[in-house]
Amino acid sequence: MNSSQWGPSALGLGTAVATAAVLEALIRGGAINAYIVPLPSQVVLAFERVLVEENVVHRFLLTTAETLVAGALITVVGIGLGVLLHRFRLIRAACETWVAAFASAPVVLMYPLFLVIFGRSATTIVMMGFVAALPPVILKTLEGLAGTRPVLIDVGRSFSVTRSQMFWKIMLPAALPTVFVGLRLGLIFAMINIVGVEFLINFGGLGQLINELAERYDLPGTYAAIGFVVLVSVLFFYVTERIERWLRPA
Amino acid sequence: MAASRMRRASVAIVRAAIIAALLAGWEALARSGLLFRDVVPTLGAIARAVATLVSQPVFYVNLGWTLGEVALALVVGGIAGLLVGLLLGGNRFIGRAFEPYLYYLGPTPKIIFFPVMIMWFGVGPASKMALGALSCFFPIALSTAAGMRQIDGVLIRVGQSFRASTAQMVTKIYLPAMREPIVNGVRLGLGVAVIGTLLAETKLSNRGIGYLIIQAYSTFDMPRMYATLVVLFALAIGANALVSRFSTDHRRR
Repeated sequence: MNSSQWGPSALGLGTAVATAAVLEALIRGGAINAYIVPLPSQVVLAFERVLVEENVVHRFLLTTAETLVAGALITVVGIGLGVLLHRFRLIRAACETWVAAFASAPVVLMYPLFLVIFGRSATTIVMMGFVAALPPVILKTLEGLAGTRPVLIDVGRSFSVTRSQMFWKIMLPAALPTVFVGLRLGLIFAMINIVGVEFLINFGGLGQLINELAERYDLPGTYAAIGFVVLVSVLFFYVTERIERWLRPA
Repeated sequence: MAASRMRRASVAIVRAAIIAALLAGWEALARSGLLFRDVVPTLGAIARAVATLVSQPVFYVNLGWTLGEVALALVVGGIAGLLVGLLLGGNRFIGRAFEPYLYYLGPTPKIIFFPVMIMWFGVGPASKMALGALSCFFPIALSTAAGMRQIDGVLIRVGQSFRASTAQMVTKIYLPAMREPIVNGVRLGLGVAVIGTLLAETKLSNRGIGYLIIQAYSTFDMPRMYATLVVLFALAIGANALVSRFSTDHRRR
């Protein structure tokens, strides 16, 4: 990191610390009610308590496992449907706008429906993440396959490759970078929806942690748990970004 | 010409066939008795429930609450996002200092902030609105900042050579040049504001569409729940299409 990048980072971090300090002073001074906004120092201390007492490792692993299962499902079903739509032009012309419309619908609002069908269980949570994250994977797979450079296809033709060779050796490798973009989007959608549904139905991993602490009216604990979940999702976002960059050397 | 008309006709036929197959499959599943009764209601039952729903004033009262909450959320979150986006995009130093925070906080699940919103704004519509505003702030701020940075430098120099004031620069140069990224940000923001507001309504409230959905769930009135979801999806998809049209319409003319 060179010196021109130091200034902005220091300002950003400094502002965050200063905000916490001002809040601390305002709450201690009584300008902000401590029963609504707990002291930042208490929240920091509560981190340890939440981590030790609330089974956080287990919850983290549970949410991660749910996200990974949903991720495996969107990989298989999403890429499969994308390939199918690409292969049959007529179906694509008929359905692509539907998929796009579905992507813009508030799918997660169907969670009570999933509760009825799958019960209050991990299946509901995984299925909700899967359904909400499916459209970007389909659309990006389609985009990647449709964007194969004509030169590559011509090369394949001049080697007179078979249809399946054309797909496996040329189209799919050329589409992969775009497919990865879709998969990463899908994984992020899945994670957001999984944590959200866990919170809403009060079942399972990290989302439930927040709900429980809020219902106990453990204020510093609630704030710390929210901070923890935000950290986890930022980390998740960062790691998938890194993996995506590593997978597409451009 | 004839070929394209043929193609359009066959697309329409394929669409009709897919819809017919889905509906037939649904009806068969509903009548098969494989699932618990009412988990998949018959199409007739859902259609009747839709008709009942849209003919009752209670639906419009709750729709009004939800629309009001979403609209206020979009105004508050949108204006805050626009201002922050202009600031971050306009100043390289400030942008580098704070944009990473927005970029990484953007894709976190916002609904987990709902307990905090309840403590700050109470259990009424204000906390739902706050959650919607928080949700739509991030995409709008980020796309405004990105849009600001991709403005053609020539336009900015033209404005400067006319000695435009800051207000004039914003209204005459920046905003028109950023129409597309801003509309796109608002479209994304609208989507997440709707989700944030409605999810909050399902968690804790006594009015709004989210409340209607969760009420139908807790009384196990499945046709009514399907009907509410169908109407909600139609409204959400329609609103999204309307906003997208807004971003491209001018160009075509």
